[in-house]
Amino acid sequence: MNRTAFRRAAVPGIAALALALTACGGSGGTDADVPEGLSGEIKIDGSSTVTPHTIPAAELFFEATGGSVKVPVATSGTGGGFAKFCAGETDISMASRPIKQDEADICAANGIEYVQLGISNDGLAVAINNDNDWATCFTVDELNAFWADGSTVSTWQDVNPEWPAEEVRLFGPGHDSGTFDFFTEVVNGESGNINTGYTDIGEDDNAAIEGVAGSVGAMSFVPLSYVLESGGKVQAAAIENSSGECVEPSLETVRDGSYEPLGRQLFIYPSGSALERDEVKAFIEFYVANQEEIALEAKLIPLTDEQVAEVESRVAELTAS
Amino acid sequence: MRTAAHNRNAVNAAREITLAQLDGSQRQGRWKGPAFEAVLLTAIFVAILTLLAVILWALTAGWERLDLNLLRNMPSGMASRLGESGMQSAIIGTFYVMVGLIVTVVPLGVSAAIYLEEFADHDTWYVRIIEINLRNLAAVPSIVFGILGLAFFYRGGLSLGSVVYTGSLTLTMLVLPTVIVTAREAIRAVPPSIRHASMGMGATKWRTIWHQVLPSSIPGIVTGTILALSRAIGEAAPLIMIGAATFVGWNPDGPFEGSFTVLPVQIFFWSAQANTDFHILAAAGVIVLLGMLLMMNSFAIWLRNRFTREW
Repeated sequence: MNRTAFRRAAVPGIAALALALTACGGSGGTDADVPEGLSGEIKIDGSSTVTPHTIPAAELFFEATGGSVKVPVATSGTGGGFAKFCAGETDISMASRPIKQDEADICAANGIEYVQLGISNDGLAVAINNDNDWATCFTVDELNAFWADGSTVSTWQDVNPEWPAEEVRLFGPGHDSGTFDFFTEVVNGESGNINTGYTDIGEDDNAAIEGVAGSVGAMSFVPLSYVLESGGKVQAAAIENSSGECVEPSLETVRDGSYEPLGRQLFIYPSGSALERDEVKAFIEFYVANQEEIALEAKLIPLTDEQVAEVESRVAELTAS
Repeated sequence: MRTAAHNRNAVNAAREITLAQLDGSQRQGRWKGPAFEAVLLTAIFVAILTLLAVILWALTAGWERLDLNLLRNMPSGMASRLGESGMQSAIIGTFYVMVGLIVTVVPLGVSAAIYLEEFADHDTWYVRIIEINLRNLAAVPSIVFGILGLAFFYRGGLSLGSVVYTGSLTLTMLVLPTVIVTAREAIRAVPPSIRHASMGMGATKWRTIWHQVLPSSIPGIVTGTILALSRAIGEAAPLIMIGAATFVGWNPDGPFEGSFTVLPVQIFFWSAQANTDFHILAAAGVIVLLGMLLMMNSFAIWLRNRFTREW
């Protein structure tokens, strides 16, 4: 049913679109569970990894409410998003890692309460050049040797004697990125611990793909979707998980949890005061209820049934109070 | 009028002599003329080639999405709708921000220029400091103005939040030096004889400026404004700083309420997406942005020609 609603809504023209949606309102589209009479604006800011996921939610919710609840989405990165969120300037923050202690402290100091909701899954891919035929499976220790602060690695051979003496070039996102925080924490043991010789590509993960495609010895870490959507420009290396298996990242291995430790959840953080507003409650319910369709539209990885059950019970708790 | 005719004769004579010399009628440095010309031509060629390359790239990359839906529809982030996704909110947002910018920066910039040219005493220390600052301000990176806008317009002093006029004000700070400097040049280019004549007829200083100096310097001021707007319309970084959104599915409510987005922010966001269909939209957005810039500048040039006077 939901899929039909999507297709019908894809009629060009704003007026036509509004009409089409009004038309399927009764037939049980995505808007079935949205109460009437909502209005207002829900400000969202944060992670560039979660943004493509939140936009379809915002778009569909705007339509489901007949255009009376506006949900603008901005993209300042996970850290930048929390900075605005904890200053009370946004209603919901998007994050590709859990909130950090120092951020939580600022929120607490400003009296901002929040809850964390897992909204989709994401794998962090280690992207390598297509001509790299030697790095078939990385261990976390090997990754650490490349990426840790103070690393003296200059060729691949320095890490593993079986690898060629190809020069290593590292690309990665900037310090405001949740992807950066997550990777450095998992691989280097501490968020922010990074080989200072890496090339910072800011919030534009495509630049990392281009960089890796451009030199044989290059490596980067990017959200899996960027590798999948690059059309074979680069390849995602397999990572050895905690049970000693080499697992390549894919929609399935990320979702079933066998791709670890670089599989992760993506989060939204609604603020306590925002959750007291009916339109925010309705939006959160809508987002969670339609997470699978939304994730597919955003070409991201939906939640597992267990995760859905967990988030739904969280949301039910929140909206009941 | 007489003097003007004399001047023109003198200019013509000088031009003929120069041309004759460049022609190579002099024996020494005969090759220098053509070599100089070749260097100049290369410079123009490089400039035009760069612009052509950008336009060609954007046309090829965005060709399949250069349609009316671009103007008619709102942006979409859904894979199934990318074929129809538009950028109306970004186009209207850009237009609003530019209008807010013009109505703020032109009066501010021109007033400052009039003060500096007609009233200020250039020997005083504070006028000197102002002048030095103006020149330095023109070289400050745009992101710095973004931080300024965040601190004083979004938060702090004005606390406007993330609205269209916050964007206009932030860009105003960015291009104000350009407007002031060019407006000063324009005011300075008005011949003193005009001022003297006006004063001689008994006009006050205020009337002289309002009725003589200002109308005569409009073409120069407009040129400066074109330069300023052309720079401002392409800025993404300072606007992202003050919270211009990456998704807004409706047009801005007004200058002081509701969130907004602009074309450069939308283009930047789209080009950073994993889904390569967004990149087609980004390229199409580049063409739309260039089109808007061209229309804005055409209007300004028309305005300039209307007001051009010859002395």
